[in-house]
Order: sequence, then C-alpha cells, then structure tokens
Amino acid sequence: MNDFIAARSQMALSLGFHIVFSCIGMVMPFFMAVAHYYWLRTNNVVYRNVTKAWSQGVAIFFATGAVSGTVLSFELGLLWPTFMKHAGPIFGMPFSLEGTAFFIEAIALGFFLYGWNRFNRWFHWFTGVVVGISGLVSGILVVAANAWMNSPAGFDYVNGQYINIDPIKAMFNDAWFSQALHMSVAAFVATGFAVAGIHALMILKGKNILFHTKAFKIAAIFATVAAVLQPLTGDISAKDVAQRQPAKLAAMEAHFNTEKSAGLIIGGIPDVKNQKVDYAIKIPGALSFLAHGDFNAEVKGLDSIPPSEHPPVAITHYAFQIMVGLGMTMVLIALLYFIALVRKKSWRESRWLLKLFVLATPMGFLAVEAGWTVTEVGRQPWIIKGVMKTADAVTPMPGIVYSFYLFTAVYLSLALVVTFMLYRQIRMVDKLYDIPADTELPKH
Amino acid sequence: MLYVVIAYLWGAILLYLLLGGADFGAGIIELFTTRKNKDRTRKTMYRAIGPIWEANHMWLIIAIVILFVGFPAIYTTMSVYLHIPLTIMLLGIIARGTAFAFRHYDAVVDDMQVIYNRIFMYASCITPLFLGIIAGSAVSGSIDVEATNFADAYIFSWLHWFSVAVGLFTVSICGFLAAVYLIGETDNETDRKRFIAKTKSTNIAAVLSGALVFIAAKVQGIPLTSWIFGNWVGTVAIAGATLSLILLWYLLYRGKTRVLRLLAGFQVTMILLTTTFRHYPKIVLLKGNRYLSLVEDKGHDATISSLGWALLLGSLFILPALFYLIYSFQKKKSNVEAAHN
Ligand code: HDD
Ligand code: HEM
Ligand code: HEM
Repeated sequence: MNDFIAARSQMALSLGFHIVFSCIGMVMPFFMAVAHYYWLRTNNVVYRNVTKAWSQGVAIFFATGAVSGTVLSFELGLLWPTFMKHAGPIFGMPFSLEGTAFFIEAIALGFFLYGWNRFNRWFHWFTGVVVGISGLVSGILVVAANAWMNSPAGFDYVNGQYINIDPIKAMFNDAWFSQALHMSVAAFVATGFAVAGIHALMILKGKNILFHTKAFKIAAIFATVAAVLQPLTGDISAKDVAQRQPAKLAAMEAHFNTEKSAGLIIGGIPDVKNQKVDYAIKIPGALSFLAHGDFNAEVKGLDSIPPSEHPPVAITHYAFQIMVGLGMTMVLIALLYFIALVRKKSWRESRWLLKLFVLATPMGFLAVEAGWTVTEVGRQPWIIKGVMKTADAVTPMPGIVYSFYLFTAVYLSLALVVTFMLYRQIRMVDKLYDIPADTELPKH
Repeated sequence: MLYVVIAYLWGAILLYLLLGGADFGAGIIELFTTRKNKDRTRKTMYRAIGPIWEANHMWLIIAIVILFVGFPAIYTTMSVYLHIPLTIMLLGIIARGTAFAFRHYDAVVDDMQVIYNRIFMYASCITPLFLGIIAGSAVSGSIDVEATNFADAYIFSWLHWFSVAVGLFTVSICGFLAAVYLIGETDNETDRKRFIAKTKSTNIAAVLSGALVFIAAKVQGIPLTSWIFGNWVGTVAIAGATLSLILLWYLLYRGKTRVLRLLAGFQVTMILLTTTFRHYPKIVLLKGNRYLSLVEDKGHDATISSLGWALLLGSLFILPALFYLIYSFQKKKSNVEAAHN
C-alpha cells in the first residue's frame, strides 16, 4: 500500500465510521420525540421508559459521533492540505454555519439529557426536537460541502488561480439539493431499519414485549415511509448525476459506449478490458429513461471521456447495484408492513414479518456506505471535479500508511466497544425500564 | 470583518482553554487523587461538567473551522508539519471523549469501569500536553518548511524543549482551572478542603512549569522575555496576572473562595494575551524568519466577510442558549443527582 492509497483509505474509513453515528445523531432525536410525546400525552409509563432507554443509547452514539467528527475536521488538513488550501475558503460557508448547528445541538442535548424533572415538561420535550432539527441541518450543510466537490461552483479557475470567489454560490451548487435530500431520507431509512430490527429481535425472543412493541412501531413507521420515498429521491440524484457527471453515471451503470435508447444493466460483472458486462440483465431503453426521462435519449458512455479521467468502473458499479438492490428490498418490506397495518390484522403479530425486519437490520446502513462509495469513488480521479486531481491534493508527509493502520485499529476497537455497550443496554432493559408505573427509576 | 473573525478566533481559543481546559483538568485531578477519594471527585465532576460537557469542546471545532475557512495557509501549514502531534492529540480526544461517555452511560457497572477510568485519566493528560506542544511549536520558529529530510520536517518541527515545556505548563494550567472550578461545585466541607488543597498544588505546578518555559526559551534563544516586557500591554498583563496570584493565595489562605474563579480566568486570559499580542498578526512563526500572518495570509475578502456574518449570526443563537443552559444548571444544582437516572 502506498501513501496515497493509504490516505484515501483512511479518509474513507473515517467517513464511513462517522456517517453511522451522524445518521443516528440526526434521526434518533425524532424517534425519541415521538415516544416522549406519547408519554406526555397518555401518561403511559412504557413510553417514558422507551424514551429514556433510547436516550441512554443515543448519548453513547453522540459522544462517538462528536469525536469522530472532530477527527474529520483535522483530517481534511492532515491528509489533503493542498485541497484545503484552495477549497477551504470556497466551500467553507456550510462548515461555518454548521458550527452554529453543532453548537445548538450540543446545548439542546445538555438540556434534554439532564433535564428530566427539572424543566417545564414541554420545554424539555422541545429541547429534544431541537437536537433533531439541528442535527438534520448540520447533516444537510456538510453534504452541501461534499456536493461542491462533485459540482464545483462559486469561483473562476483561471491559470491555476482561484478567483471571483462567492461562498454563497458555492454552497448552493447544482448538486446540493439532490444530495442533501437523498442523504437525509437515507438517514431515516438506515437508522429506522436498524432500530426496528433490534426491537423486532427482542419481541421474537419474548422479552419485555410491551416495551419492545411500542419501540418497534415508532421506528418501523419512520423506516418504512422513508424507504418508499428513497427510490424517488434516488431518481432525482440519478438525473442530476447524468447532467453534471456523465463519467460517474457511466461507471455506475458500467455503460461503456455512448448510445441512444440505452439499456439499464442490472447486476453483472464488468469486464473493463473488453468493454462489456457479463451475466447482466438488460432492460432496453430504461437507462435513457431513468437518466433523461426519455426512452430514446442519448446516454454518454465511458468512450466519450478520456481514459485518464475514468473512475474505477467495477467498484462504482457494484456499489451502485448493492445500494439499489438493498433499497428495493426495503421498499418491499415496507409495502408488506403497510398491508399489515391497514388490512391484515393477523400479519401484525406474525413472526415472519418480524423476522423480515430482523434480517433488514443492517440493510439501511449498508446502503448508505454503498451510496457514498458510488459518490466518492465515482468522482475519481478528481477531488474537485474537473479542477483538482486527488493525487495532487495529498499531504507530502511520508508514512501515512502507519497512520492508516493506527486509525483502523482505533476505529475497530471503538466499533467493538460501542456494539458491546449497546448489547448491554438492551439486555438491561428488563431491569432498568420494565417496572410498574409508580416506582421511580433506579439510579446508577 | 477581518477583525471580527480574528476576535472570534482568539475568543474561541480562549474559551477552549478555559472551559475545555477545566474539563481536561478534571481528569488530571482525578489521576492525582488518592484511590479512596476518587469516587467522590468523579461525582463532583459529573455534577459540574455533565450538562455542558459537549458544549465545552465545540470551541475547538469553531477555532478549526475559522482557521480552515478564513486562514487556509495557516491551517494547512500546521497540518502538514505538525501532523504527528496533531494525530496524537486527536487520539487523545477520541479516547477521552468516548471513555467519558462510556463510563457514564454503560448500563452495567462492572470491571469495565476501571478501564474507562484509566483511559479517561491518561487521555486527559496527554491531550493538553500535545495541545501545548502544538501551541509552543507554532510560536517558537521551529517549523522548518524548507527541510529536506523527514526528521527535520516532521519531528524537530515540534519536538524540542520549549514546546514540551509549554505542554507541561498547559497541563498544569488545566489542572489548576479544574481545581478552582470544582471548589464551587462541592456540597460538603471535606471535599471543599480537598479541592482547595488541589488548587494550591496545581498552582505551584503551574508556576514551576511556567518557569521552565522561560528557561527553555532562554536555552533555545526564543525572545520570550522581550515579547512580554517589550511592550506595555504584555507588561501590564503579566503584572496583573502576578498581582492576582498574590491575591489568590491570600484568599485561599483565608478560605474565601468566591472570587477565585474570576481570578483564575483572569490569569489565564492575561497569559494568552501576553503571548499573542506582541507578535500579532504573525501567529505562526516559522524557521528562517518566515511567518504566517492573520492579515497577510487571510482567505479572500468575500470569504472573510461571509465567515464573519456567519459567526455573528451564529452567536445570536448560541450565546443566549448557552447562558441559559449554564444558568439553569447552576441554579438547580441540588437536584442534578435526581436527574441522573
Ligand atoms: C438507505 C440508504 C439508501 C438507499 C436505499 C438508496 N440510496 Fe442512493 N445514496 C445513498 C443512500 C441510499 C447515500 C448514502 O445517502 C448517497 C451517497 C451520497 C448521497 O448524496 O447519497 C447515495 C447516492 C446516490 C447516487 C449518487 C448521487 C451523487 O453522486 O450525487 C445516486 C444516483 C443514487 N444514490 C440513486 C439511488 C437510487 C436510484 C436508489 C433506489 C433504490 C437509491 N439510491 C437507494
Ligand atoms: C460520510 C459520508 C462519506 C463517505 C462514506 C465517504 C467516502 C469516501 C470514500 C470511499 C473515499 C475514497 C474514494 C477513493 O479513494 O476512491 C472518500 C474520499 C474523500 N472524501 Fe468522502 N465520503 C463521505 C462524505 C464526504 C464529505 C461530506 C466530504 C467533505 C466535505 C468528503 C471528502 C472527501 C475527501 C476530501 C476525500 C479524499 C479525496 C478523494 O479520494 O476524492 N467526503 N470519501
Ligand atoms: C455526509 C457526511 C456527513 C454527515 C451527514 C454528517 C452529519 C453529522 C451530524 C448530524 C453530526 C451530529 C450528530 C452527532 O453528534 O452524533 C455530526 C457531527 C460532527 N461532524 Fe459530521 N457529518 C458528515 C461528515 C463530516 C465531515 C466531512 C466533517 C469534517 C470536516 C464532519 C465534522 C463533524 C464534527 C466536527 C462533528 C461533531 C460536532 C458535535 O460535537 O456535535 N462531519 N456530523
């Protein structure tokens, strides 16, 4: 492994790690707010217990999200100084606003976690909602910064100089809306399915049924509604990519030759040398329709792009297939769940439906990781599309390989500890939270 | 707008030093507490910093964002040449932040707590040590942007007596701030006495390591004394700090601890002021009389002005909320325990 590959891997690892925690940080506050709302409205103590149990878990995820985010804000400079030197002042606007969003989030979190029985009940509830909103806003802002890398705007690049800088234009670049929308919905899908899956498992095991059923339902409804919306927002993204990054679209679809009425390839093994895809299912005209809304439109293939600017085709293609495949599977589960809710009473308690949710626990997060792989690997070899190559941005310091190993070890152990703590949290539910209404919760 | 941005940068660094510093200090104090008192120290600490813990560390993020948006040359030069100490500091931040949350929120209380505690305490020392080393290297003229070999560029840019002395000084300042802060957070006389004693010992440590900084500066030919005494701001500030030191000991001796926090905050502010004022706007001094300046190395004007507006607007939201947070938890301290379930 050379230093350049190591730097890319370290960046990918850190972001891949952080995104899990940031999704949870964005979405869980909304789940808690719903449970909390039911508690305040109905005085049903199970809802209070759900809220508290969740907030214990979320506090752990928050801390991990915050430190991994802090690491990222240094890593941008540690690994990509040349990029930051030029890009920082241009795409910095969302980051400077994000500072405010984070701050509000941290303050509201202090109120929420430590505010039980100390403030007006609805004020306390409201602080929880603020945590969610500011989390969502910060997510949208960072994604706007990332979108700028895909669709640079707000400056002129003349003779190697970056002039006429307009940070506001840079923030509202062409890609920000589609990416931010798709990402925000993705966070709900991923967190929703993960949480619903865990509670479904506990119901199947016959533990604290009342508690887990209420928790499951809240998470499942968020998850399924978002899952159905996700392909729609994905379609917006795809049309957008077709416009601004034909090379990325071609790599996603392993679409080698420019053609009219292009077919959509599902699955298959791209053979880059011979410019074909083996074992794929091909739907005629569908790619033209998905990319441009017209079955006869021309879709640019990799042959229209200089070979030195081709992204890695295989990785991008597989990642895209994985994301879409998982997305469609979750849509299916969502539809079954809706039928169960509306029509089939008997399905609602059925074990097979719960088992499906257990199976789907990791799917959302896998789709998120796959989606980011599409976005980031599909942009290669550019770090700022069409302006700066990734290879020109990397730090001159040798030995990044060791830094990569070190961070890999750290993130692996953190992931293990967090999983272990989550496991303990769930196992303790009956001791901590499954108690009659009139007893106070135990302290620890 | 440039001056607004610079003021925010300075303010963020100061607040991180004061609040984040007290936060690190709590871990340092815990490390230097005898085993039988550790639990009580820990309890006081939760009560004191639990609710504002996340917020304390946001100041670092604000400072970093201001640097990379507004002063990219400064951010990237430091990132390249101080890569190693920055990485160690980051590892410290990860270890400390997660251990603090884990030990508090772990649903089962067992031997894991011992591990979390260890990690928390050691990381609480290492992180400010390296923060100090980074700050020390930034002003000591040791960053060598023309170096041709690995050691000169990436090791000796930051590893020397002066930066290590600044690191030790930072650690003792953090301990001192925490001790002073915790005095006011106790609910009984024994703990109060313990933290008063800790205030004395950390203050002595700070004065001694401060002396070490001067000696190291002398040895390496860093004109520290002329920065401080070469202008009236530095002289007045350092004189104020010294006078308040005498007052501090007098009050400690008399057991009057009310104004101690203000005094400690004042001292640290004065120290930051003296060390930054004289060579402002050149905040990073490099080898061979090169430097990076807040004025000459700023980003484009459009960026600076939107950054300034973002900061001003942000404060409009943040400051009232933050004050209300601190205020409510100060006022309702008595039933924090009840809220900890
Ligand atoms: C739960 C997660 C999830 C699911 C089910 C899907 N996606 Fe996705 N996708 C993401 C999560 C995601 C993501 C992680 O959030 C990405 C990465 C960058 C971004 O903006 O969103 C992404 C990127 C992304 C991109 C690249 C956007 C860009 O580079 O600007 C496209 C074209 C799609 N998606 C399309 C789809 C389609 C057609 C789906 C149909 C089912 C789909 N996604 C399901
Ligand atoms: C959290 C979701 C994200 C994930 C999982 C992710 C994933 C990745 C991956 C896999 C790479 C390596 C690509 C390659 O080397 O082929 C990468 C590179 C990179 N990403 Fe992202 N990314 C995310 C979001 C972002 C955001 C929000 C930013 C900046 C604002 C960003 C900035 C970068 C940079 C600077 C690189 C290195 C240069 C490059 O390889 O293009 N990423 N990321
Ligand atoms: C698509 C990518 C990203 C998304 C959606 C995202 C979203 C979020 C969210 C919602 C949070 C707060 C939640 C929590 O505390 O758990 C968070 C924390 C943080 N993120 Fe990210 N982030 C992304 C990438 C990045 C990048 C590239 C950086 C650095 C440049 C970054 C820096 C931070 C920082 C510093 C924090 C901690 C703030 C705090 O203490 O609350 N994030 N992120």
